[in-house]
Amino acid sequence: MSVVLPGAALPQSTPDPVTPRHVPHHGGEANPSVDGLRVQFGPAIGRHDVMWGETTVWVDVTRIREVMLWLRDDPGQQYDYLVDVTAVEHRDLDLPLEMVWHVRSLPYRRFLRLKATLDKNAALEVASIEPVYKAANWLEREVFDMFGVHFTGHSDLRRILMWETYAEGHPLRKDFPLRGRFSRSEQLSQALAANPEARYSMEELSVADAFHELPADMRARLAASVRTGET
Amino acid sequence: MSTTTRTLDVALSTPTLGSDGTIRHVPLTADARGTLMPIDMAPGSEPDMGSERMLINIGPQHPATHGVLRLVLELDGETVIRCVPHVGYLHCGFEKIGEYRQYNQIIPWTDREDYLNSMGNNIAYALSAERLFGIEITPRCTVLRVIAMELSRIISHLVWLGTTAIDMGAFTPFLWTFQERETVYNLWESWVGARLTTSASRIGGMAADLPPGWIDGLKGFLRSLPKTLDETDRMLTRNGIWVGRTVGIGVMSAAEAINYGLSGPLLRAAGVAYDVRKDVPYLDYETYDWDIAVGTKGDVYDRYLVRMEEMRQSVRIIEQAIARLPDGPINVDDPRVILPPKRKATSEMESMIHHFKLVMEGPRPPVGECYVATESPKGEKGYYLVSDGTSKPVRWRIRPPAFVNLSAISKMAEGHLLSDVIVINASIDIVMGEIDR
Amino acid sequence: MGLTPATSPSSVTYDPPSQDGWVTTRLEFLVNWARANSLWPMPFGTACCAIEFMATAASRFDLARFGMERMSFSPRQADVLICAGRVPFKLAPVIRRIYQQMPQPKWVISMGACASTGGMFDNYAVVQGIDTIIPVDVYVPGCPPRPEALIYGIMMLQEKVKQQRSIANQQQYDEMTIDPTSKLYIPPSRIDELSEPFGNSVHQTRSAP
Repeated sequence: MSVVLPGAALPQSTPDPVTPRHVPHHGGEANPSVDGLRVQFGPAIGRHDVMWGETTVWVDVTRIREVMLWLRDDPGQQYDYLVDVTAVEHRDLDLPLEMVWHVRSLPYRRFLRLKATLDKNAALEVASIEPVYKAANWLEREVFDMFGVHFTGHSDLRRILMWETYAEGHPLRKDFPLRGRFSRSEQLSQALAANPEARYSMEELSVADAFHELPADMRARLAASVRTGET
Repeated sequence: MSTTTRTLDVALSTPTLGSDGTIRHVPLTADARGTLMPIDMAPGSEPDMGSERMLINIGPQHPATHGVLRLVLELDGETVIRCVPHVGYLHCGFEKIGEYRQYNQIIPWTDREDYLNSMGNNIAYALSAERLFGIEITPRCTVLRVIAMELSRIISHLVWLGTTAIDMGAFTPFLWTFQERETVYNLWESWVGARLTTSASRIGGMAADLPPGWIDGLKGFLRSLPKTLDETDRMLTRNGIWVGRTVGIGVMSAAEAINYGLSGPLLRAAGVAYDVRKDVPYLDYETYDWDIAVGTKGDVYDRYLVRMEEMRQSVRIIEQAIARLPDGPINVDDPRVILPPKRKATSEMESMIHHFKLVMEGPRPPVGECYVATESPKGEKGYYLVSDGTSKPVRWRIRPPAFVNLSAISKMAEGHLLSDVIVINASIDIVMGEIDR
Repeated sequence: MGLTPATSPSSVTYDPPSQDGWVTTRLEFLVNWARANSLWPMPFGTACCAIEFMATAASRFDLARFGMERMSFSPRQADVLICAGRVPFKLAPVIRRIYQQMPQPKWVISMGACASTGGMFDNYAVVQGIDTIIPVDVYVPGCPPRPEALIYGIMMLQEKVKQQRSIANQQQYDEMTIDPTSKLYIPPSRIDELSEPFGNSVHQTRSAP
């Protein structure tokens, strides 16, 4: 059995990584993957930025899945590890919402940040990269829960941190107040009414012995594999 | 007079709960030897138990879920067909509240998310914020932070060890490991004043310097810890029950583990030698002489061995760090972030205004963003900070290793028995505070 | 407001001592003493306070000497619910359900700042004190409280248990049902007006949080 070694794709003469010191705010060597991306995808790749030693590449949001697939599978890139999927909304509400992906190449010891902008006036939709990295499953569910971004092609997009029928909105948006939109007692009423035992997902209920006791329209929805009732 | 014999038909039946929720009586009969069996069963045939699967809900309040985790299992007998975890029962809006707090004010929140590794979180956040500010910390602070992070790793693994052993029925290691934790709690209390939620780091340094005699206390701990580890090792590592319950359970191969985004001991047990301290070093970890523990099969037993070895390696690192701990200031001399000394702040006008501005408004970094990853006991822990030049971050993102690790439980638990699910859950080493934030 | 007692207020009386026999008093003392010294806790541990609770139960601080050796994780067999940690709104129905499942006599210790008042989490997600959901007997402040503080709280609860008129006053076991139709509903616009000065806002950069 062989141990998978990070940095295995680098030549032997490459020195071992060291703790970075005096990292400049701007400037420095960009991640070589940026050039590869530009060659492969051309106009879909926007500007890139090197800040505090990390490279950020802006990509066209409609092509993110191809980009991720290529980054993972191309032998010269091998970004096999998805670190994070998140979103950033700026305080200036006119700026668009930014989707952020952090990927890491274990064989090449590289780190890349990909960003895409989502127009807040249109529907917030992005292709899900769950088919590329399974790690994206819960990370994208969390972005959906907190920001309201829909990930098309996700296997199970429902709220993960708040309860599924949470009606106050998407908490990490800047127009969502810190203490929520309802009064404390209203929040309590809504929370207490969300019977925890009723919160089984459709697929779980299909298993239960109580299938015959479900209301007919719910059974019909289950049979048609329709996802409703969960935002 | 004729005698009539009357046969009483005694209705033998057993009540069972039918699939429609009503009680049905299954008529029974008895065979020649008096064994009861259902009437519609021909002798010699196998009983058709039906392919009814059970839906079982574990949690969110359950002793063995290590926090408020809810697992919904679809069982066929005792075999798990599907395992669906539900999280969010400890979601407390950390990232939202971080946008309303100054950079130094966020540090107490970093304690509370992964509360077993509070010093490690404090320092990981400080590293990220210092990168965002463009600050280099002093040599003494660098070495001291290594000591703090490794101690934090040790005590987190001690909790993991104690609670995992309890989940499998071995109660005593829990008491041993918590006794060791008490020693470290004493050390931390004498250093920063708190046992568990330390808030020990600040942007540019630490909250306080070490009190005199602290290093001797630490050396005492480093002498006693290996004995406890050996004792627990003797009790568990070659124990038939332990081996039987952990070997071959919850296996993740290396390729799967990388694709699922696992990190920390889960990834290393699967045979991937990725440790953030070695591959993306920080705090001069590359200058210490230590090894990564890597497993072979990726099962629960390997994760146990990896974590035990990690504790021993941490002891090694701390001993080297103590030897090289330099004297000098603990906080960097940067007026943008560090408060002026108290005697100046109470006597000089400029220092007083400086102090006032730093406390009321907070230090302001340049516009930008950065992500610094560290190796927490759970895995790759990083803080992604986005700044717009004001004293409060635009976005404070916690990259939660336990969250991503837990998402793989549905893959790990398939095909195992119900009691194995508890063992697998324990081996992931979850902390709900970090998962739900 | 929103609570309907099971019997009218005038019928909640305290038996005057003249009706108390000596036997009843001694029996009550015995019952209370037995209850206080064998409280079986139901550790509803969520976050960091749960770790300090575990440390209190471990060998240095040792809850076993208070009769709390047996942690009952089934509410049906527990006397005191120790809520250790923050309770988000998603967990609120769960703790309510657990409290309802406990048989009388039962007590609640709210351990830590987050369980008592919401603690440092004054935001959209956290219940601002579990006493908005279940009745609490003892509040133990701290973040997290030291084991000594928790033990002090437990001893305070033991004092309370010893003072209960458990035989003479049976009405203490009647649980009042919450009137489900009564709720203090404030429209969101009014909430903004009321809480703007206190910061329930989208203004992130002002100095008051």
